[in-house]
Amino acid sequence: MRITGVLSAAALMLGLTVTPAVADSSPSPSASENGGAPTEAGTSFRTATEIEQGQTAIASASTGDYLYWSFPADAGQRPTVKATVKLPDTHAAQTWQIDVYDGLRRRQACQYGAQTRTAGADAASVDLTCVLRTVRAWSEPWADDPLPGTYYIRLTVLDPPTSDLGLPVDAEVRVDSEDTGGAAAVDGSLAHPLVPGAGAISQSGEDEYTKDQLLASLEPSGGWASGWWSDRWVWTAIGGALAALAGVGGYALTRGAGRPSRVPPSA
Amino acid sequence: MITRTRLAAGACALLAALAAGMAFPAGAVADETGATAPKVDLVLDVSGSMRARDIDGQSRMAAAKQAFNEVLDATPEEVQLGIRTLGADYPGDDRRTGCKDTAQLYPVGPLDRTEAKAAVATLAPTGWTPIGPALLKAADDLDGGEGSKRIVLISDGEDTCAPLDPCEVAREIAAKGIGLTIDTLGLVPNTKMRQQLSCIAEATGGTFTSVEHTDELADKVNQLVDRAADPVVTPVATTGADQCAKAPELESGLYTDREEFGQQRWYRVDVPDGYELRASVSVSADRAVNPSYGLLLRAVTEKGREIVRGEAAGNGRTDVVSTGLRYPRAKLESGDGALPPESVCLQVTHSFAPAGGVQTTPGLPLELTIDVVGGPSESGDVASFGLGRGWWLLGALILTGFLAGLVWGWLSRWRVAVWRTN
Repeated sequence: MRITGVLSAAALMLGLTVTPAVADSSPSPSASENGGAPTEAGTSFRTATEIEQGQTAIASASTGDYLYWSFPADAGQRPTVKATVKLPDTHAAQTWQIDVYDGLRRRQACQYGAQTRTAGADAASVDLTCVLRTVRAWSEPWADDPLPGTYYIRLTVLDPPTSDLGLPVDAEVRVDSEDTGGAAAVDGSLAHPLVPGAGAISQSGEDEYTKDQLLASLEPSGGWASGWWSDRWVWTAIGGALAALAGVGGYALTRGAGRPSRVPPSA
Repeated sequence: MITRTRLAAGACALLAALAAGMAFPAGAVADETGATAPKVDLVLDVSGSMRARDIDGQSRMAAAKQAFNEVLDATPEEVQLGIRTLGADYPGDDRRTGCKDTAQLYPVGPLDRTEAKAAVATLAPTGWTPIGPALLKAADDLDGGEGSKRIVLISDGEDTCAPLDPCEVAREIAAKGIGLTIDTLGLVPNTKMRQQLSCIAEATGGTFTSVEHTDELADKVNQLVDRAADPVVTPVATTGADQCAKAPELESGLYTDREEFGQQRWYRVDVPDGYELRASVSVSADRAVNPSYGLLLRAVTEKGREIVRGEAAGNGRTDVVSTGLRYPRAKLESGDGALPPESVCLQVTHSFAPAGGVQTTPGLPLELTIDVVGGPSESGDVASFGLGRGWWLLGALILTGFLAGLVWGWLSRWRVAVWRTN
């Protein structure tokens, strides 16, 4: 990341307009700990509770419930979903799982992290993690690569013993992203992020996103990236400049002294 | 320097093109929401067993009354709340009469807190536990209106009115209306009751909670009432056909349907030139199903050629299986104006299998979202605008630049030499 900073500074000197774009490429999670963070969870895709990245959302629920949250993720981010379930005082061994779905409700693979974990009868809580793949700005329609848009988290117990059904549990989820920067910058972009309900909006031509129309209305802080900026511009520009310098150097080495000074100008 | 100017000019041109491509087209709007009040019907079991004194030292009935008072105080203004009882009036032993014993204690409508509380205060544990009939009546109470509807069933015993299975009743209620959810709360439940109440909840996408303390009861009911008040998009009911030619035409929006085991559902969407179709479908398992299942969504042309498909499969416990697809229709440069919209057929098939002894009708609930949005700007290169990145790129550029410089230097030296010999 330091190198990016240096390169960005260099880019500024080169006269490229970077300022609006840098803000786009690094959405800063809100620092507030649970300040206004949701305290409920939805029970289906349609009712999923929206959370921002960097927010710790909590929810009280019952064993056997399916809990849904949704969060926005933008191109270049690699989201990590973390969930903690506080189990009731007495319970049997239980296996919990988080699944992540994209805006088209396609299941998204976890690269690594304990997506499924079994808590023994004496465990007080269970921690789950899912590290998603890097979100790309564009992919072929036949691929299920993660695209910018809404992502759904589903948290549930896989094998609730009947004796534990309905017992109160507390869940906590948090999504943080690592910004992969230009390394993940691909060509092409979507006209609109994969936000369910976007069709009705884009037809009405309104920019007002309301929960009435959209199934998910949250955007990354700073809005969706326009998609044109990446640090590839800086690298390429610096490469061009260095090539020009090296060219001058090479020319100076082999050119020789040029026109001999003893030859009169009129010759 | 010329190279850089060109690069900047190119970037500007690309930016302009992108900005132009992002302008949203105007068109018809499909408004899916009706601004009507959410309705909640609290169904309280007042059967004889509610006398048991096992919730925080007081009777179940007393705990329920206390919780109801708290809930009635905290109910949001916009929620229309009603209360229905089961087993409140008939103390006798006649099963047939006992199983019809359900009454509306407070009608669903704008809430008068004092009246509702007074009504609750009159209750005394009495009769049978006719859950199935009570649910049917509660669904009638909630009839009408476009808002979300929720039944909260609070019971301390399993249904005593077999053979009417409350689970199947719940499924039928859910199949009749749209957006109706049944949440169940079991007071100090035993195993059989847990199974029955969680089955009822599962049938409608609701939740089951077991309650052992008074404050838990009040908190949970409050949570459920608040949940009903949350604004949510109401889907539009549609019925898919068994083949593309007869399929209903859908626009952008959220739809529901029912799909039986082994059935296929077809829908059609018009995709204009240069637009992108996004479709996602989820099929809920609202009853016991075999542990392996799958879902297939195919986008097919009218002639039957498959364009793209979305697949999902899984095993184990689940509430829903879902998948989706994108179909960006390339913008063709045709001489005589825009091409007509292409009619894309969407085929949905699922491979849920009913577990033994489970009713197969009504079909499983299916939820379909359709979005027709502007098309993506296609990718001409792997990397963003074909730009490079990394030390290898810098090295290669420096080396190339240096070599070019050398050659240029040699050339100019050679030119000088030629000039000198002349």
